[in-house]
Amino acid sequence: MSKAGWIRTIVLVGAVGALELACRTGAIAPTMVIAPSHMVTALVETLQSDEIGMHLRTTLSAVAIAMSIAIVGGFVIGFILNWVPFLRRAFSPFLAAYYAIPHFAFYPLLIVIFGLGPVPLIVLATLFAMVAMILATMAGLDRVPRVLLKTARIHRLSLIQEIWRVRLPAAAPHILSGLKLAVAYSFIGVIAGEFILSTSGIGHEIAFAYDNFDNRRMYALILFVLGIVTLFNMAVFAWERRMLRRRGA
Amino acid sequence: MAGAPRLAAVDDAAAHKVHARLEGVTRVYPPRAGHGEVHALGPISFDLRAGEFFSVVGPSGCGKSTLLDVLAGLALPSAGTVEFEGKSVRGDVPDGVGVVFQEDASFPWLTVEDNVSFGLRRAGVDAAESKRRVDFALGFMGLRDFSRAYPSQLSGGMRQRVCIARTLVMQPRLILLDEPFGALDQQTRLLMGDELLRLWRETSATVLLITHALDEANLLSDRIGVMSARPGRFLDIVETGWPRDRDSRLAERPDFGAVTSRLWSYLRGESLRAMGQGTAAR
Amino acid sequence: MSGGLLNLRAWRDPILVAISLVALWQVLHEIAGDSAVTAPAPTLAHLWEMIGQARFLPHLRETGLAFLQALAIACGGGVLIGVVLGGHKLTGEVAEPILVALYSVPKITLYPVILLLFGLGMPAKVAFGALHGIIPVVLFTMNAVRNVNRTYLRAGRAMRLTPAQTGWHILVPATLPEIFSGLRIGFSLTLLGTMLGELFASQRGLGFLLMTAIDLHDVKTILSIAVLISVFAIGANAALLAIDKRLHRGAAPEAHEKS
Repeated sequence: MSKAGWIRTIVLVGAVGALELACRTGAIAPTMVIAPSHMVTALVETLQSDEIGMHLRTTLSAVAIAMSIAIVGGFVIGFILNWVPFLRRAFSPFLAAYYAIPHFAFYPLLIVIFGLGPVPLIVLATLFAMVAMILATMAGLDRVPRVLLKTARIHRLSLIQEIWRVRLPAAAPHILSGLKLAVAYSFIGVIAGEFILSTSGIGHEIAFAYDNFDNRRMYALILFVLGIVTLFNMAVFAWERRMLRRRGA
Repeated sequence: MAGAPRLAAVDDAAAHKVHARLEGVTRVYPPRAGHGEVHALGPISFDLRAGEFFSVVGPSGCGKSTLLDVLAGLALPSAGTVEFEGKSVRGDVPDGVGVVFQEDASFPWLTVEDNVSFGLRRAGVDAAESKRRVDFALGFMGLRDFSRAYPSQLSGGMRQRVCIARTLVMQPRLILLDEPFGALDQQTRLLMGDELLRLWRETSATVLLITHALDEANLLSDRIGVMSARPGRFLDIVETGWPRDRDSRLAERPDFGAVTSRLWSYLRGESLRAMGQGTAAR
Repeated sequence: MSGGLLNLRAWRDPILVAISLVALWQVLHEIAGDSAVTAPAPTLAHLWEMIGQARFLPHLRETGLAFLQALAIACGGGVLIGVVLGGHKLTGEVAEPILVALYSVPKITLYPVILLLFGLGMPAKVAFGALHGIIPVVLFTMNAVRNVNRTYLRAGRAMRLTPAQTGWHILVPATLPEIFSGLRIGFSLTLLGTMLGELFASQRGLGFLLMTAIDLHDVKTILSIAVLISVFAIGANAALLAIDKRLHRGAAPEAHEKS
């Protein structure tokens, strides 16, 4: 590990240790924050209870659906917009402003339209995640060096071959980072929606525990969500790094 | 075309056969926001002789690269005709033409070996023949130890060798090079020039090299086309008369400097004009 | 290429987008009916009427104040931290992965913790909005400071500038475009965070109005508020983006297209 990596580990461990100490000595009241060790034991207990599996499945299946639609749909739309200049001109001002809108303001509307359940969550998360994929796909295809496209012509590739053998591999790093964002945004969309208003799912359970002053369960679930998302992101990051290392990126 | 990489000496009688011909070629870019119509090139007419090493020099922005694009079929001429081996070239790259660009055109997602065999696979050359040609090209360009490396692990000069090797395996009869050593340092340029001469001698292909370096053009070429500032036209075509078996030590010859001086006497005024154009365009 | 503010072409695209969005809205209304999506004209009339009402203003002020305070913290704090992290290499290397991880985590799960720490009300909303906005500002500022071309600094030394002159005449102009890009993204995310904070366990503000409207199945109010927030967000973003582009034009001459 690098020097910075060591210091980072020490800082993080130190912060957790300080929190533990502050909570144990009573400097921070358990009504506010519970000790990290208690969070972990509470997490173990919570994971052993039966109903948590149901909530976990609800959340993860919604994330998986939203993520898949966002990635596939975003790639296809991004590709089409890049290919058809007219459509691109028409949509680009809309795309540029898209992430300025606080999407969650529309969540109440989605609930009214689709009813309380998984559908408004999936729609919210998909809308949130898909545009990142669209933008990344367009950016990737825009940045394919012209000289590589010329090279494709020199080798007299067909259009399909050119796209498959040259354009897509050249755009891959950007597309990949769009994919990473789409994953993160799907998680954020679903969990935030569940948290604001829903009947099940991890986000709902956290809100429910908060409303009932059940700090042990609340912190256990927060720890769980942060842990699972961080693990997921780290896995994608490691995969991306392995793919990009040989390109010298 | 198949069979051993061609190492035969050029047939003397073929030395003056026309390999490619440009007649009255111009290239005009349509007006766009910010500026009007740009007359980039020509009219240009000249014959490329089979097996010769021809260089094009000229001030920056004079349309040298446009000339190459038109000859390669990468761009359509606005007027005039382009012929390669007696057949008209119109917007498609003809079989038998290889191009090496100034920019790094190696595919960063493929190993050196896969980069070099890229065109062969697309052309459906069988595996054994493909392997033979790739091995030969890798050896010829001094890349054998790097066949499993990715371009990002190589220096700029080595990457350019990959691109040359990728062109070489297709056994082109006409090789077009667009300032292929422009991004390299002077020493590397000289060595790459020697290798280019070796490649030219051993394949007996016709070579057209675009360059801005007068010494380089002088050293490598049988003939040098000197282009004017935009719209680029040939001011003159200079015959060097160097022996076929030459390398970078040619620069030691007393008459070497005379050719470079002659090129510069043509280009000094044109380069000044080109600089003026550049300032005005801004 | 560049024209004044009254350049018609510059306004054409946004106007077309606005028209097509309203058209899309009308189509959605035709498909889904009044119970799900109310028509644009009556909704906008309702919004106009709502803004005129005395009981609406305190909610608007609550949200606006929370947002402005959060924005001030996110921008001020973010630039300050970013400059420190960018200027000190090791600290930056230590902090960057933590910040990036925090950036892509659903921060909404941390909201209960903030509520426990700050209590229900304005401070929690401000803290939550600032938490969202500060990270991009830090990351962009840090990269801006890190990537200052060393040659500029050497040129400054060669011209015998004082540290203050170096800061004002070299560092500020060199980093400003990137920092501004960070501030623009920070603006959007702070708004998002503030709104999220109001949608959960809040007793005042636009978010609170949205949540009460769900219970009443009052689609017209939901749409009105969502449109109000979106128009504000898009308008502010467009203005910031225009400044951003202008700043970057001065910063990167190589971005100019060659003829």
